[in-house]
Amino acid sequence: MDITFEQVDYTYQANSPFEHKALNNLSFHLPGGSFTAIVGHTGSGKSTLLQHLNGLVRPTSGSVHIGEHTLEPKKKPKQAKELRKQVGIVFQYPEHQLFEETVEKDIAFGPRNFGVAENEIAKRVKESAEAVGLDLSLLSRSPFELSGGQMRRVAIAGVLAVQPRVLVLDEPTAGLDPRGQREIMDMFYRLHKEQQLTTILVTHSMEDALTYADHMLVLDKGEKYMEGPPVEVFQKRQALQQVQLDVPEIFQFLQKTSERFGKPVVFEGENVDRLAEQLAGLAGGNK
Amino acid sequence: MHAIEFKNVSFRYEEEQPYVLRNVSFQVEAGEWLAIIGHNGSGKSTIAKLMNGLLFPTEGEIIINGIPLNEENIWEIRRQVGMVFQNPDNQFVGTTVRDDVAFGLENRGVPRAEMMDRITSSLEQVRMQDYLLHEPYRLSGGQKQRVAIAGVLAISPSVIILDEATAMLDPLGRKEILDTVHRVQEAQQLGLITITHDLNEVMQAHRVLVMNDGEIWTTTVPRELVKRQTELQQIGLDVPFVTQLAHALERQGITLDEQPIDHEELLDALWTLHSNK
Repeated sequence: MDITFEQVDYTYQANSPFEHKALNNLSFHLPGGSFTAIVGHTGSGKSTLLQHLNGLVRPTSGSVHIGEHTLEPKKKPKQAKELRKQVGIVFQYPEHQLFEETVEKDIAFGPRNFGVAENEIAKRVKESAEAVGLDLSLLSRSPFELSGGQMRRVAIAGVLAVQPRVLVLDEPTAGLDPRGQREIMDMFYRLHKEQQLTTILVTHSMEDALTYADHMLVLDKGEKYMEGPPVEVFQKRQALQQVQLDVPEIFQFLQKTSERFGKPVVFEGENVDRLAEQLAGLAGGNK
Repeated sequence: MHAIEFKNVSFRYEEEQPYVLRNVSFQVEAGEWLAIIGHNGSGKSTIAKLMNGLLFPTEGEIIINGIPLNEENIWEIRRQVGMVFQNPDNQFVGTTVRDDVAFGLENRGVPRAEMMDRITSSLEQVRMQDYLLHEPYRLSGGQKQRVAIAGVLAISPSVIILDEATAMLDPLGRKEILDTVHRVQEAQQLGLITITHDLNEVMQAHRVLVMNDGEIWTTTVPRELVKRQTELQQIGLDVPFVTQLAHALERQGITLDEQPIDHEELLDALWTLHSNK
């Protein structure tokens, strides 16, 4: 599903002393099936942007198009429920929102709310549990008996069970150990590919933006600051530092290497082994 | 005398239930920075809760500055052990930065004049003195955590524990917090314990304790720890970028004299190889 923002403004508490413009003339287009990373310093407008994606808020001016749906000021979106069915949001620390007695009921809550037939729900619960790598024997357990990593998987399975076309991920790996972080991100990437989802990842991790995203949107003070493929965005370190961001560690290291050896070493999508080869050449190369 | 000593500590929430911590022993000295790492559910946070009496050991003993921790002296111990938690939004009570730092002092009956001094000096230590009358919720994540640290410093503890206190911050906020805490810790010779998943944070610590399934897996220095990349990955952890690169260089036949712990050390080593060729 394509997502388009056209000159979107969003103002909190307009016409009051607390008036605050969270989004300012924001325009961008994300084609269906793309994987976009949204980055920005605290207060850059990321959360407000997310809230537009499933109609939790509507623009103060401008318009938002998500597939067939349009969000405009002062106009209740038609079929708001349909929109929420198509846009699944995994909020920060989603496991804090678990509440049912069993894992199965928790995963079923979304589809049941959207009026999905019971036999279909049972099927989806099983499929989404499998998709997030939850053992089916856990379905009858209380979610509160599970480990933090497993609880997060339950919460994610609940979002997937609604079968969204757009998946919005707000810092989905915060608080997980390194293996958990990698497993969860690899899982999202696999789902993104298998189900041809349009995926939006809000993250502090430039490494994740580089590894998983094909497009990047940098926000600052509610405005679009930069946009493009991650590798291109990361060529502009100074510009990123001006808005309190930085490039992934591998870019930082390559920059230092270039300075030390007095010749440019550029990022070519290499993994550590390829990079090591390059460095071995540099260190052993002719003076 | 150690700042903190765990002596054969085991813990379980209830009888019949499995132990979440088994026979854990370690010490932290004044002026020392110990990082604790481990997979989710390995027992890291249980250790933190035991250190300031949010939980009590099922077996074993915890000794803080020579005093065995028990339910009677818990308030005295909490004055000595300051904790900063993960979520900056869950630890504010005051409507201004000043009130918030004052909270811990009021709770301990510190006289007003002394209170003002301590608030000012602890906010200066975290470089937030210009925000005295700001509302905490309007600060950035990193600033909030610095205020939380000021609140801890104001009660002049001998040990500070950061329980994943940088997990919700952006990279810059993380750096801000670690620089702040490290500076204060060195200046005041505090014991510092950081519980973390951030590998680059671990590399800055003096020593590192690795938890695995409720037991101590190893206690060592960061430089030694990262040599065990494969084993660490097996227990759900990882090594920093610079270590991965050093190991990849080894596979290219380049052996470095010493395991590098940051970019500069690795580049120095490569430069030396280059120059000696």
